[in-house]
Amino acid sequence: MKLAFEIAITHLLAKPKQTLVAMLGVTFGIGMFITMMSMMTGLNNFTDELTLRITPHIRMYHDVAMSRETLLDELSPQTMNVVHHQKPKKEQNRLKDGFQIVQFLQKQPEVAAASPRVTTQAFCNYGPVQINANVMGVDIAQENKMFKLSEKIKAGTFDPLLSPNSDAILIGRGLAKKLNILVGDRLNLTTPQGNVFNLKVVGIFAMGIGTYDDVNCYAHIATVQSMLQKDKRYITEISINMLDLEQADEFAQKIQKTFKYKTEDFSTANATIAVGKAFRNILTATVSATLLLVAGFGIYNILNMTILNKMKDIAILKATGFAARDVMAIFMIESVLIGFFGSLLGLLMGFGLSYWIATLPFDAGNVIDLKHLPINFNPLFYVVGIIFGMMTTALAGYFPSRKGGKIDPVRILRG
Amino acid sequence: METVLKASDINKYFYDPVKFQVLKELDFEVKKGEFVSIVGKSGCGKSTLLYILSTMDTDFEGELEINGEKLTKQKQNYLARFRNEHIGFVFQFHYLLPEFTSLQNVMIPALKLGKYSRQEVEERALEKLKLLGVEEQAHKLTSKLSGGQQQRVAIARALINDPTIIMGDEPTGNLDKKNTENVFAIFKELTQTYHQTIIAVTHDQDFAHNSDRIIEMSDGVILKAN
Repeated sequence: MKLAFEIAITHLLAKPKQTLVAMLGVTFGIGMFITMMSMMTGLNNFTDELTLRITPHIRMYHDVAMSRETLLDELSPQTMNVVHHQKPKKEQNRLKDGFQIVQFLQKQPEVAAASPRVTTQAFCNYGPVQINANVMGVDIAQENKMFKLSEKIKAGTFDPLLSPNSDAILIGRGLAKKLNILVGDRLNLTTPQGNVFNLKVVGIFAMGIGTYDDVNCYAHIATVQSMLQKDKRYITEISINMLDLEQADEFAQKIQKTFKYKTEDFSTANATIAVGKAFRNILTATVSATLLLVAGFGIYNILNMTILNKMKDIAILKATGFAARDVMAIFMIESVLIGFFGSLLGLLMGFGLSYWIATLPFDAGNVIDLKHLPINFNPLFYVVGIIFGMMTTALAGYFPSRKGGKIDPVRILRG
Repeated sequence: METVLKASDINKYFYDPVKFQVLKELDFEVKKGEFVSIVGKSGCGKSTLLYILSTMDTDFEGELEINGEKLTKQKQNYLARFRNEHIGFVFQFHYLLPEFTSLQNVMIPALKLGKYSRQEVEERALEKLKLLGVEEQAHKLTSKLSGGQQQRVAIARALINDPTIIMGDEPTGNLDKKNTENVFAIFKELTQTYHQTIIAVTHDQDFAHNSDRIIEMSDGVILKAN
């Protein structure tokens, strides 16, 4: 085995150019594989993270349009009842005993945070222009836990929102810009019911998503309740974040059964993102497989040529006592060495390219707050890369090597 | 003298393009220390016979015994190991590996055998090169040597494992007169001084006549084995 290794090394070093070309084939394959994986998963993670910045893992709300059993079915379940065009019952979209549900949820071990919400539309008067805004009454401490609000505050503070009887409001950066107001200014809000409220801007936040920061404001639940002229127990929605996002689906179904209110988990609410992710993964896999296949064919070709050129050498080795498997070992070692060093170079190339791309400035405009392309430097890709590279080259080397082992020395030596 | 090679009832056929019997009922023995030449016209089957004796060609009928071991119907891997230990080859062309030095070329079969340590193998290889007068060329790539030097390195390679038999297929066929005489002198010395058995196929009449014994073949049969 050691001898086969020595012979293989000597062969490779005797033709450095050919060896390098074969190696570079693998290098490009693996390098591109790593770069693509880093970019694609970076992008996937970024879109996930972007959505999670403003979307809770689970939303619970009262779905007034939720289909219900007909009265007839309740009264006589044994008979066949036909009720045409049943309409939803007229009822408020409040969550009954909402605060108790929130308290219950906060006690669950798998829940990271649960926040009650009540939301209203409002118009901001800016001279003659009226600008639409969405005011969310929240428990700011819980919201902070869910969305790291403290990191998103660009000016001022959200502390005044902790006390229920304040007239404080936190507004989005885009909205602040449109209204041309700063922290400390007062803001007139008109509710759809026609009531006008005068609130004090205590802070400006930016989630980094243009469409969100252009319309949204935070206030204390009590503030929004009074804007809507509702009682102190009125909430319409509960946001829940799990410790583990993977559990959201299951937990959502569980609490829907318990409380009879509609729940919606993150992946259901953002099915388009999951589909996009799947498409990108397919694309990455296809391109990487193609690159590796091309690299594999390169090695197959070069090894085939080498073996054709070395027929005499193989014949003499067999004559002097090398068995078929020894000859095969020589050429297998050659292809695995090419694969190993080619892959190693590929890892470097992949890292270099990813690093370079990560430093390139990327202007996403006002839509998303993004300075550079998101790149995922996951060490796993590098491990997978070198395993793929070695596997491809071993496979590509196997058939020519076997052919080399089977060469009949008598035919070659007799000419 | 003990018998080192025994061939009995050797029959060999070629099937392409039509079935044709190349070797017919061959029977002969070679004793230790003999220098045997096999002669005959082109196509008489002498090279075919040599490759059967060398164990590389296994597609034949009959019995072959070398050094008391029956080699017919043995596995390829076993035969490879057997060749490594018991048979040295010298061909018309040197067939040295061009990427390796003379010394490495000589060492490879011994390293394959694994009987001695690397250092011992190197010492032995240098000894063999010295015996053949090419120790000066030990660290040169074989592609840089002259034809005569290359053939001597090839002989050193054949000798490295102290084989039972050296087999030559036109070992002087590609050499000029002076080098032919040199190689012949080496063979003669090997048989006389070291009791090395040599079987060589040759066209060279002088070479054959100076060997111990001539096996003359024609159309697949032995005409005369004196």
